[in-house]
Amino acid sequence: MTAALAKSTAHSIVEASPRAKTVAGSLVILYAVITILPLVWIVATAFKSQSDAIAYPPKVIFEPTLEGYVNLFTVRTRQTPDFIAKLPPPQTWYDKLVRQRDMVIAGPSKVVPRFVNSLIIGFGSTFLAVFLGTLAAYAFSRFRIPLADDLLFFILSTRMMPPVAVAIPIYLMYRQLNLTDTRLGMILLYTAVNVSLAVWLLKGFIDEIPREYEEAALVDGYTRLQALRKVVLPQAVTGIAATAIFCLIFSWNEYAFAVLLTSGEAQTMPPFIPFIIGEGGQDWPAVAAATTLFVVPIVLFTVLLRKHLLRGITFGAVRK
Amino acid sequence: MADVALRNISKRFGAVAAVRELSLSVNDGEFMVLLGPSGAGKTTTLRLITGLETPDSGSVMIDGRDVTLAPPGARDIAFVFQQYSLYPHLTVYDNLAFPLRSPARRISEPIIKKRVEQTAELLHIASKLNNRATRLSGGEMQRVAIGRALVRDPSIYLMDEPLSSLDAKLRAELRLELKRIQLELGATILYVTHDQVEAMTMASRIGVIKDGELLQLGTPRGIYESPSSSYVASRLGTPQINFLPARLLSDVPLPPGTETVGIRTEHLRLAARNGGPMVGRVHRVEHLGEQNHIHLDYKGEMLVTLADPHQPLHAGQEVELDLVHPLCFDGAGQRLPAVH
Repeated sequence: MTAALAKSTAHSIVEASPRAKTVAGSLVILYAVITILPLVWIVATAFKSQSDAIAYPPKVIFEPTLEGYVNLFTVRTRQTPDFIAKLPPPQTWYDKLVRQRDMVIAGPSKVVPRFVNSLIIGFGSTFLAVFLGTLAAYAFSRFRIPLADDLLFFILSTRMMPPVAVAIPIYLMYRQLNLTDTRLGMILLYTAVNVSLAVWLLKGFIDEIPREYEEAALVDGYTRLQALRKVVLPQAVTGIAATAIFCLIFSWNEYAFAVLLTSGEAQTMPPFIPFIIGEGGQDWPAVAAATTLFVVPIVLFTVLLRKHLLRGITFGAVRK
Repeated sequence: MADVALRNISKRFGAVAAVRELSLSVNDGEFMVLLGPSGAGKTTTLRLITGLETPDSGSVMIDGRDVTLAPPGARDIAFVFQQYSLYPHLTVYDNLAFPLRSPARRISEPIIKKRVEQTAELLHIASKLNNRATRLSGGEMQRVAIGRALVRDPSIYLMDEPLSSLDAKLRAELRLELKRIQLELGATILYVTHDQVEAMTMASRIGVIKDGELLQLGTPRGIYESPSSSYVASRLGTPQINFLPARLLSDVPLPPGTETVGIRTEHLRLAARNGGPMVGRVHRVEHLGEQNHIHLDYKGEMLVTLADPHQPLHAGQEVELDLVHPLCFDGAGQRLPAVH
């Protein structure tokens, strides 16, 4: 009986055959390796010495060092061995590490303020875009808005050309408004770019939530806003999480405007990383260290919202 | 509890007139059922009473108060939706407590707890209170949905086909329970359905609605026995009432102007041929167990009637027909008084 059953399921159109599963599994693993390899390479390079980092053929096994991270976080000056010998003994492990290269630490580098800028601008614009996007998407989804389709198309059309196409007008406007090289300016800019994406994504998710839920709440004496908060938002969490990740990834990675509009105070990580200069060429381990740190928040954010993203795949599969 | 009245209410959606000049009043403690096909304007009528739609003209009165423009929350109505009324992110308990926790109501948690438990008891779902709403069977979900209305003590309960998504057995069970609960609570209910059995079994009064118009209002028995038009007659009764052109019934006394004669299945009796004027031929016999449906050919028209399963009838047999209580309709389908 069981054997007959097993045999019949082997040819089932619903259940994949073992061979199909093996093929699918290997494809997934292959893809995972291809996508993860560069990340692994970056993380590894951050722990290499400068000579190991540019060695050919590349070294897979090497002696790890924190030099890349030390170089990333400090500004150093080269000194003669005599000068270094005269100094009092190094206070910390990183002082020691730097002196082995005939250098002394002159002060902290700008990586921390740049990273803070990235965090504030990235999360700030993501929050604003998702907040405004949710309200707009809710309105488009639930109310009869005059010219709703035209407005939605207009919102979408702001995404139709690369944002850099409007770089010069934006640069001129920002100069007039004193918004160049300010965090506020960058938050506003990224919010403006992301909000159209947020409206469209979230409208789809909110459309999927039946109106009856809010109507039931309205009949029970809740106000529109209370119903939105208690009934719609908990069910739109999936969509909001997915939208937030997309918005964050965009503003976190954005390079062109960051180069154009920030140079000092408000500079984010993307324009900062390529300018981590070492002695006699690019300091690849320091660049890799910066890149590693740069990737961490996005990975964390995605992992934290992973549950909602997975649920997003099955969203809308319920009976109507 | 209170009474609810609609006065000449109309609502259009674009070119479609969903509700036309509808007047209706539901008395205190009454179980009124609006019966009609989908698209007849039943749901729109409920939504107009609730305030989820605003009428183009006419007014809504609750307890003598004009609430036509009042927001839904201010009308003291409980609504049971056809589907979807449970919040999937909440437990059964929280779903039931949700209407009581409305900021407009300010009820303390201990009282909420008591009310929720009482309601759960009434609906036999007390053991499910800590389940997630999505982990219930269809019947349980619908009980919770009804419970969400029952926890409150509103002027009126509006129910929009609450049983239509359930299977036949559950529907029959919940039908009885709803009626029991209504009698126990003395609740005023306006219930909308396309299912004539629900209407016949639960209603104190039935309103038959079609194309946004109320065609007839009366007790289930009154409407069944004395329909105002051929449409209303066809809405009630299974199998459906038979319609015959009056010209085929020359031997039966009919009021002048009769175009169509309606004969309910139980009003068409069959007997062995005995020289009577109406003779039909059995076309097909359907055995349903407790009764048989007999399909007859009478002068080229198909008729259906009920027969005792032990009555020996077979296809091709000629039988004599006897009309007990024919309903006569004029050319426009309006009922004509019978001649005595």
